[in-house]
Amino acid sequence: MSSSELVVSLKGVSKAFAAGVLALESIDLEVRRGDFVSLIGPSGCGKSTLLRIIGDITEPTSGEVVVNGKPARKAREDRDYGIVFQAPVLFDWRTVERNIALPLEMEGWDRSRRQARIAEMLELVELTGFEKHYPWQLSGGMQQRVSIARALAFSPALLLMDEPFGALDEMTRERLNLELLRIWAETGSSVVFVTHSIAEAVFLSTHVVVMTPRPGRVSACVEIDLPQPRTQETREDPRFFELVTEVREALHATGADEVEEQLAAEGPA
Amino acid sequence: MQLGGTSSGARAGSWAALAAGRIAVLVAVLLALGSLWEGYRWVWMSRGWTWPFEVSDRTMPHLHEIVAQLFRQWPEGGPVLGSTLLDAALFTAKEAAVGFAIGAVVGFALGAVIAHFRVLQRGLMPYVVASQTIPILAVAPMVVVGLGSGITVFGYAYVPADWLRVSVIAAYLTFFPVTINTVRGLHSADPLALQLMHSYAASRWTVLWKLRLPSALPYLFAAFKIAATASVVGAIVGELPSSIQSGLGGAILNFNQYYSAEPKNLWATNLVAALLGIAFFLAVVLAEKVVVHRAPERFA
Repeated sequence: MSSSELVVSLKGVSKAFAAGVLALESIDLEVRRGDFVSLIGPSGCGKSTLLRIIGDITEPTSGEVVVNGKPARKAREDRDYGIVFQAPVLFDWRTVERNIALPLEMEGWDRSRRQARIAEMLELVELTGFEKHYPWQLSGGMQQRVSIARALAFSPALLLMDEPFGALDEMTRERLNLELLRIWAETGSSVVFVTHSIAEAVFLSTHVVVMTPRPGRVSACVEIDLPQPRTQETREDPRFFELVTEVREALHATGADEVEEQLAAEGPA
Repeated sequence: MQLGGTSSGARAGSWAALAAGRIAVLVAVLLALGSLWEGYRWVWMSRGWTWPFEVSDRTMPHLHEIVAQLFRQWPEGGPVLGSTLLDAALFTAKEAAVGFAIGAVVGFALGAVIAHFRVLQRGLMPYVVASQTIPILAVAPMVVVGLGSGITVFGYAYVPADWLRVSVIAAYLTFFPVTINTVRGLHSADPLALQLMHSYAASRWTVLWKLRLPSALPYLFAAFKIAATASVVGAIVGELPSSIQSGLGGAILNFNQYYSAEPKNLWATNLVAALLGIAFFLAVVLAEKVVVHRAPERFA
């Protein structure tokens, strides 16, 4: 296997916050081209921090971060990844099309090229016809689809997603899961996906990385060998349940429960 | 049954109802204020009460008399008072508008500098605040008279026109709310949106232009609304020590001196000054509607 196939490579990444809290401890992680990797773990395990380190939004205290074969900062400056947050983070003074145009303006694309790509992106997320709408005129699920279209607008090799469907209702979430898989298959990009839903992680991913809290460590990596493409029927596949159980047991083995209980007993700091 | 037709018809109907409702509220408020004035006048005069002041045609003229005064010639044989006051209002409006523009630009620039360099916040803010604690009546003569002898810029002597010196006073009252809200507004951008811009490797300038400034707009317009009325007050007050006769300040000074002879003139002038302030305020509201595309509940 050549290293050029590696989209993300983390070696011994640690992150300590100013107060001396160790958020992440010697994380090793590899994401290959075409992988869909979910980071799962209890709240406070540093999975969002890890995603931000890959995106060079947060700097690690130590360790090596390589994205697309270059240092994370260079990859960010080259706009090698698109990012989707839990909130859609749309600019509410811009219409849907101008929100999607934002990263293209950064890239210096001219107007006609932008328009063509916007039409393509809206078709991809099935929002054609909503070009002139303002974000606040759309439902939460539609806003998040615009956010995904914006992240994919300049065809990045890597898509970073931080609990993108966490704020949505279960039905919208399941529909967007399917849509995301379709987009992933169509674009051929790699995805790093943060979630705290075991079922969502298993359904979407090729690999599920289980993390332990305080300090955040990688405790297991479960390969998800469910057949592609995945459909609603996948959720009823016996293998799906086996894998969900496997991930759940890996999570419980981390002692996450005790930590949560301990925190609950301590009360808010 | 056509659903579309019904709903668009209902929408047009609700729009008309909304407009009618607003006009009704406006008329009701005007009527209430008017009856309060006239009622107070009637009760105090019929009872002969003199506390807190004696009510008479001199202290509280009839409202309709004040309005009618606008259509009488003053002085006799001269132009109609309303036309004189309209000219004065336009003159003061020019001073106030230029003052507003200067104040808004200076206030924004100052706010942007303070927001950009956090160290300056502690250094500059006390002076910005102090500038507003000095009564405008104390500052006005210094500026108006002081600038009257002219200034030298890069070797060029320049004497600002009288009205422009008054604009400086208007600007003095305008810049403060703009500075305060610029600092607040430029820091109001969503932290996640800032992370998004960071992920695009956007320059500070791009972040300012595409994110911080649009995020600040509702704050800026809130400041502009305060500044708009303050600029009219500043222009009127600024005229007082400068012996400028062409504006509303000059008219107020003039009619104040002859108050016992004709009190209605001063009241009519106050009415016009109030209308000018409202016009400035509405201009800002209108500009906001054009410039700011936000969820309706986000309007400041």
